[in-house]
Amino acid sequence: MIKVLRARIFQKYRTIKFPKTVPQLPERYLGIPKINQDECKHDCAECIEVCPVGAISKISGIIDLDLGKCIFCGKCSGACSGDAIVFSKDYRMAVTDRSSLCISEKIVLRRAETLNKEMLRIFKRSLRLRQVSAGGCNACEADVNVLGTVGWDLDRFGIKFVASPRHADGLLVTGSVTKNMRKALLKAYEAVPEPKIVIAVGSCALSGGLFISHDETGNGVDTIIPVDLYIPGCPPHPLTILDGLLRILGRC
Amino acid sequence: MKESSLIIKYNKSNPTSKVPLLGEDVFRKKVLEMTRGGGRVNSFFSAENDNEDLVLYLIISYDARGETHALSMKVENKAFKSLTNEDTQFHLFEREIYEQSGIRPLGHPWLKPVRFPGGNAGEMDFFKIEGREIHEVAVGPIHAGIIEPGHFRFQCHGETVYHLETSHGYQHRGIEKKLTGGPYRDTVYKMGVIAGDSTVAHSTAYAQIMEAFTRTAIPARAQAVRAIALELERCANHIGDIGALSGDIGYLSTSAYCGRIRGDFLNMSALLCGNRFSRGLVLPGGVGADIDDDIREQLAARLEAGKKDFLSAASLLWETPSVLARFDSTGIISAESAERIKMVGPAARACGIERDVRRDHPSGYYHLSYIPVSTSEMGDVSSRAYVRWLEVQESIKFIEKLLAELPVGDSGRETGTNLKPDSITVSLIEGWRGELCHTALTDGTGRFRRYKIVDPSFHNWLGLALAMRGGQISDFPVCNKSFNLSYCGFDL
Repeated sequence: MIKVLRARIFQKYRTIKFPKTVPQLPERYLGIPKINQDECKHDCAECIEVCPVGAISKISGIIDLDLGKCIFCGKCSGACSGDAIVFSKDYRMAVTDRSSLCISEKIVLRRAETLNKEMLRIFKRSLRLRQVSAGGCNACEADVNVLGTVGWDLDRFGIKFVASPRHADGLLVTGSVTKNMRKALLKAYEAVPEPKIVIAVGSCALSGGLFISHDETGNGVDTIIPVDLYIPGCPPHPLTILDGLLRILGRC
Repeated sequence: MKESSLIIKYNKSNPTSKVPLLGEDVFRKKVLEMTRGGGRVNSFFSAENDNEDLVLYLIISYDARGETHALSMKVENKAFKSLTNEDTQFHLFEREIYEQSGIRPLGHPWLKPVRFPGGNAGEMDFFKIEGREIHEVAVGPIHAGIIEPGHFRFQCHGETVYHLETSHGYQHRGIEKKLTGGPYRDTVYKMGVIAGDSTVAHSTAYAQIMEAFTRTAIPARAQAVRAIALELERCANHIGDIGALSGDIGYLSTSAYCGRIRGDFLNMSALLCGNRFSRGLVLPGGVGADIDDDIREQLAARLEAGKKDFLSAASLLWETPSVLARFDSTGIISAESAERIKMVGPAARACGIERDVRRDHPSGYYHLSYIPVSTSEMGDVSSRAYVRWLEVQESIKFIEKLLAELPVGDSGRETGTNLKPDSITVSLIEGWRGELCHTALTDGTGRFRRYKIVDPSFHNWLGLALAMRGGQISDFPVCNKSFNLSYCGFDL
């Protein structure tokens, strides 16, 4: 017993103070990219050609980047001879409107808005979610799971993952939705009582990500059920996920 | 006399024509001779050659001698005599061959689907025990926790499990099929998400394939960075598992601490490359991020702190009788069964089987630096937890050593995609779950004719099923976690 107590003292109190203070992100972390149109050569397509997921397009010379597809590999930034695409360390990129993830120099990302008044009244202090992995690679799942550890302590915000969709207020879905999971996802969605919300986490869940146009998967969650919150990344940093969750609850 | 198998060496590719193409009878005789002589099947799959003839390729290793062999067989009439009845290790490979190519292994005991391409996962006949007091428990595809989908079917009498059948495919994304004709610009990133918790392992296996095909030598420094990243990945996952195992038996101290410490190790990976799962770190030809002096210092300091935290948190397990009472003798798989189905990784080592690719078939930095093989004896949950406990400590020591002796040099250059045509190469890596095997065949233009991936989970799911036999159904969560196999790695 004395050893248990000694370990308890040694392990200290480790819960982060977020959202009051933001923990430091790694030096090499890639967050929301910033687009500097002036740096872009008109007839150059280097960034488009290196992008592994086809997230970049140029329409009459204007760079458009879809963060719903982006896996944040940083290839585009490296391929550009100028500084047309520079990744910032801004992790706050969850959105409520899928189209807000398509950014250019002029169109900046519009962060997630709070739920409507009625939903907020019901969910603000108590949100129960059922997680469904539908083709996720276990990285998004792992970084959702991490929110439950003492370091993040998701429960202090009244958000909790539950075992049954019938006990849940919504689904948090990862993965591009494989053909083999389509039915199970729909059943889980139907089992959640109204009003309900759906949160899609990770580039696969947002657009199909690295599996766009694979025969065996769909192209993301919103092709099957309506999505209320989109959290980009491959996988998103736990801060990005938590920020998104708190934002729709008006707590961030 | 012409050799009937070709020895494949690390970082070398061979012309596919050098792989002996045998007739069915000779192949069968040779293969069974090899398996009886201690050969372990790493990979067994079908491919088409230029004339659209179907060929079966077998990759088989002798661990004690550190040799990997390749041989092949020409398929006549889309069928061959199943090898499963002679040696159990073929059973799943043959089911997979049938599902992927339609080549029928005649006489296979039960030719069930493996991944259900097309969307009808779970629609199959399960093994059933008949009897009025027998009941069946179906779990999944969606499970209670934040975990990937899969289906488990238990045959029980009271609490006792007589049989567990696992049925997969829910995570099937069709990765292998999409690799054909590559490498493409997204291939390396796809490798990173085969099993997202084993990004370094799968990316390294792929990188080695590319390096063999392009005859690219990798700077020692890049190899050291890869080895550090692979061991960090092992630490993070093992620590997470030890925590989760504690959680499953309600011992919350270790569970709470290890959950957080796991995050610290993921953050060490993020320190290297910006991503907690090391995405984009291992690239064909080298690594995407170097360890400069500043990072080296920070990493060493964080590793030291992580080590202390881990030792404090996990050592509690071995001193707490209530933990040991739940871990000991739960979910036993005998060494004999584990050997029969050729289990890999910590699950095999927990049965006393000394099998570790890092020692038996070393590649990269493991050629230069030795990492001891950790084993335990009992084959129960306790042993599987204990092997992880030992391995984390060995991995930390290994990383410390590498950081101290980090070779000078650069992080390498991209290999490009000019691959040797009509060739074959194999890459074996010890991921944290065990051996993963990538085999690639190129066509006449130097594109992938076939890219075959075997994740360690492919070898081990049957092990979990066998470990449950005679156990209590309520022990399933802790047994399952003690294996912690990949669903998507199996389903690809």
